[in-house]
Amino acid sequence: MPKIIVEIMPKQDLLDPQGKAVANALVRGGNKDISGVRIGKRIELHFDREVTEQDIEEAKKQAKEFLSNDVIEDVVAVTVEN
Amino acid sequence: MFKNKNQPSGVDTVENAKSEPDKDQPWKELGLKQDEYESIKEILNRRPTSSELAMYSVMWSEHCSYKSSKIYLRQFGEKVTPDMKKHLMVGMGENAGVVDIGEGLAVTFKVESHNHPSYIEPFQGAATGVGGIVRDILSMGARPVAVMDQLRFGAPQDPDTARVVHGVVDGISFYGNCLGLPNIGGETVFDKVYQGNPLVNALSIGALKHEDLQLAKATNPGDLVILFGARTGADGIGGVSVLASETFGDEGPTKRPAVQVGDPFAEKVLIECCLELFHAGVVAGIQDLGGAGISCATSELASNGGKGMKIQLKNVLLRDESLTPEEILMSESQERMCAVVPKKKLKDFEKIVNKWEVEYSVLGEVVDEDRLYIDWGHEEIVNVPPRTVAHDGPVYDRPVEYPKYQDALNADSSSKLKRAENETEAAAQLMELISSPNHADKSWITNQYDKYVMGNTALAMPDDGGMIRISEETGLGVALATDANGKYCYLDPYVGARQALAESYRNVAVTGAAPRAVTNCLNFGSPENPEVMWQFKQATAGLADACQELGIPVTGGNVSFYNQTGETAIYPTPVVGVLGVIDDVARRVPSGWQDDGNNIYLLGTTYDELDGSAWAKDLHNHLGGRPPNVDLQKEKELASLLYGATQQGIIEAAHDVSEGGLGIAILEASLRFNVGARIWLTELMERDGVDLTAALFSESQSRVIVSVGREDDVKFQALCEARDVPVLRIGVTDKENQAVDIQGVAKLELEAIRGAWAGVLPGLY
Amino acid sequence: MRIGVITYPGTLDDRDAQRAIRLAGGTPVPLWHADDDLKKVDAVVLPGGFSYGDYLRCGAIAAKAPATKEVIKKAQQGLPVLGICNGFQVLVESHLLPGGLIRNEHQHFICRDQKLRVENNQTAWTNLFEKDEEIIIPLKNGEGGYIATDDTIKMLEEENRVVFRYLELNPNGSMNDIAGLTNERGNVVGLMPHPEHAVEPGFGPDTAVATRSGIDGLKFFQSALKALVNS
Repeated sequence: MPKIIVEIMPKQDLLDPQGKAVANALVRGGNKDISGVRIGKRIELHFDREVTEQDIEEAKKQAKEFLSNDVIEDVVAVTVEN
Repeated sequence: MFKNKNQPSGVDTVENAKSEPDKDQPWKELGLKQDEYESIKEILNRRPTSSELAMYSVMWSEHCSYKSSKIYLRQFGEKVTPDMKKHLMVGMGENAGVVDIGEGLAVTFKVESHNHPSYIEPFQGAATGVGGIVRDILSMGARPVAVMDQLRFGAPQDPDTARVVHGVVDGISFYGNCLGLPNIGGETVFDKVYQGNPLVNALSIGALKHEDLQLAKATNPGDLVILFGARTGADGIGGVSVLASETFGDEGPTKRPAVQVGDPFAEKVLIECCLELFHAGVVAGIQDLGGAGISCATSELASNGGKGMKIQLKNVLLRDESLTPEEILMSESQERMCAVVPKKKLKDFEKIVNKWEVEYSVLGEVVDEDRLYIDWGHEEIVNVPPRTVAHDGPVYDRPVEYPKYQDALNADSSSKLKRAENETEAAAQLMELISSPNHADKSWITNQYDKYVMGNTALAMPDDGGMIRISEETGLGVALATDANGKYCYLDPYVGARQALAESYRNVAVTGAAPRAVTNCLNFGSPENPEVMWQFKQATAGLADACQELGIPVTGGNVSFYNQTGETAIYPTPVVGVLGVIDDVARRVPSGWQDDGNNIYLLGTTYDELDGSAWAKDLHNHLGGRPPNVDLQKEKELASLLYGATQQGIIEAAHDVSEGGLGIAILEASLRFNVGARIWLTELMERDGVDLTAALFSESQSRVIVSVGREDDVKFQALCEARDVPVLRIGVTDKENQAVDIQGVAKLELEAIRGAWAGVLPGLY
Repeated sequence: MRIGVITYPGTLDDRDAQRAIRLAGGTPVPLWHADDDLKKVDAVVLPGGFSYGDYLRCGAIAAKAPATKEVIKKAQQGLPVLGICNGFQVLVESHLLPGGLIRNEHQHFICRDQKLRVENNQTAWTNLFEKDEEIIIPLKNGEGGYIATDDTIKMLEEENRVVFRYLELNPNGSMNDIAGLTNERGNVVGLMPHPEHAVEPGFGPDTAVATRSGIDGLKFFQSALKALVNS
């Protein structure tokens, strides 16, 4: 199934309480070398046809304006799997 | 790949069942007994199709059919007088009981277990437990207005307890908060007997106008059967995978999930959508989908209405197209409802569900025959009398045996335990008890629940009962409390069940409400163990007798068997909920004092009753002897006194004396608003002939502490005398001194008590 | 005076907000998310709840609703708007207020009677409070941690746009203990605590006087009515 994949991460300089909690748990569990965890989102946009350049442009726009909140998050990648 | 429409699809049809009568069927793997399978064949005059087998197996399971408990549950109906029923609009047998509270209003309430799913996957198990009970309430035509949870966890320090506690509390918080239902109370108990089998009971209350009552019935032939809400997916059908693998061979989805996943947002939308459907009058009957999914909804609607149905199973909207018909019938996907809608109302129905963006599909229609027909495309896969699936399941009179351990257990009294030898020791024991997990502050849990939403919460935890305003015009409201003391029930299930009722009755009475109706959730071990069955027999008899003595009826309930870790059953834990009515919630009474210089009275008599107490179990790790005596006549007098006194506005605070005894009750009442007290116990010890340990820790029943303004003293004492309730002034509230000063024993600073009490659960979890 | 209350799918405290408006002396007007007609209301409340299940991000989907788009337009022209909890999240997602709201630092939902200090009594929703008045308002949220860039925080502090600050305990890890904000003009206010749950004796937070007797929230709605009369 053709799809556009949007990956979103919390901004590097902002607190990620989920990531922090998971990092603590991992370290407690013996994974001493893990120095940090950040948790983001992967959003898949599915198509019943080939993905076009125009779709990608629109996805990038939506990724920035709706799928992420640029105050707290960054869109780190918009990729296509045809 | 695509099959021609008229080619056989490979599913097991009624035709197959006739032409291949000897086909081997996995009835055993589906949990049926040989004779149950034989009786299905007898009912149908042939072998069942695999879809029929799936339906019967799940509907005849203990969980759905109550086959081991039915003969005992009947007494809740039999031991009811016409007078007890006068407020009962709908009794046992429906999704939930409905109680008239006056002013043309009614409430419906019920408690249900979700124990086993909550052990496997605590978060989703607890979340969907809330979702399920709320749909039960909704399906009566009521707006759900509050929830409560009765939780039993394993040993507090066990690492697995942390997993369960976190998951369960998060799950309830996630689902209940998102639904917008205030959580107004409940119970949290720790004991290692629940280690491999925590109890997660969920209660919901709904409110409705008399005329809005809905029933789960399909009575008019030609009416449409509509499934709406979430799509059907592979939730909670782990058990039918034997059928799936048979149908699919090795290539199909091998392992289906045994747990359900909840979507509270979908449920919230479904609630609003259903209420709008009810008010528009477009629904002739409605049933929620819970355990056994479509199998249950279709067969129960048809059976309740004395009619049949013709269903096209391909019309079910699926989340996962690979589901087989058997799986669709069994799926426990959440947030679904099944409505019976007259054809001419379909347009109105569509308008409302579209507004709420809720998906729906017409599955079929009601037929004037005693038959449930289900087709898969052009093939017939189910053709059964609906009653045989829904209501005429097997009934067992299982063997009952007086437990071998019982006499020794009752003989092993607490008299040999070391009592406080002096005042210092007594104070130390009291501090130790208030900082044990069972008596410590529970706000780490309850602060994760929204108690404010809807703006009608008059009382919530940590008060003894929750209270909700139902009418904003008049202030008419209801109070609710639940209780069960597993230890008492283990020592004597008959007395223990009576005590559970007495305590929740008392907890409603202290809020100022008049107790009116009862619900229950009976959590027990395996019914195949005759000793467990004896416990069940005793507990149900105790509860039914006690209801009759108190004059309040059981409106419904739930039984959960097979609660055990390996071969060890849990303590019998019959959670009993009592609903009370209060004409104006402005008169409610909180569980702690706030004014300075009010007199503190102890109502009732203290006996030397330490067997099965928190003092024995949590301080001495001892459980044996006889539970405290339960005198329901005294409970009635006490409740009537409290009701009379609140009507006159005399009582400032009232707190039930129960687990942990008078000592714990006094500390809790002081911590409630951080207002101290001066207490003297010598008169009490003299009057009742008990020592300091018993005065502080005895769990004698029918006792309450109250605080009363000095100006009302004479009036209050007169009320007590008129009702023959023993009353003794044991102290006075003290705002200046931030302490509980038990004279001659110890002066305990409130800050020190709070420190010991509040940090326990946050420290553990 | 007519104050609109928007209901999104998943909104929970809409009827509470309507009750609060009524008790303050106003006329509540229910508004539906899918409808871009604001029915000529004089002010709007975006109530608490879990609009769209808090999916994607809290308030993100509601920020795109037709009714919200209309609110954004009118708010920029001066319409008084109060966003409570999820409504605050909608305001932030709509960029009517700066910053963002993330999962509570301790990872748990929390419901408590919260002490606040009124830092700014010059807004449409706080003009009846004293400056630095201490009030108790119920708080209940899972994602109430306020965050913003250092520049934004600096700007908010300098321009006196922090309207409420948490006192005694910061319940969710918000930067600078920020509980509520306003826009430049002072007509839009967003906060995590729930003033509509402190409007009626008997159903509010506990106070030193009596159980559940706190009604500090009523002044929010009375302030709006006063602002409307004066405008």
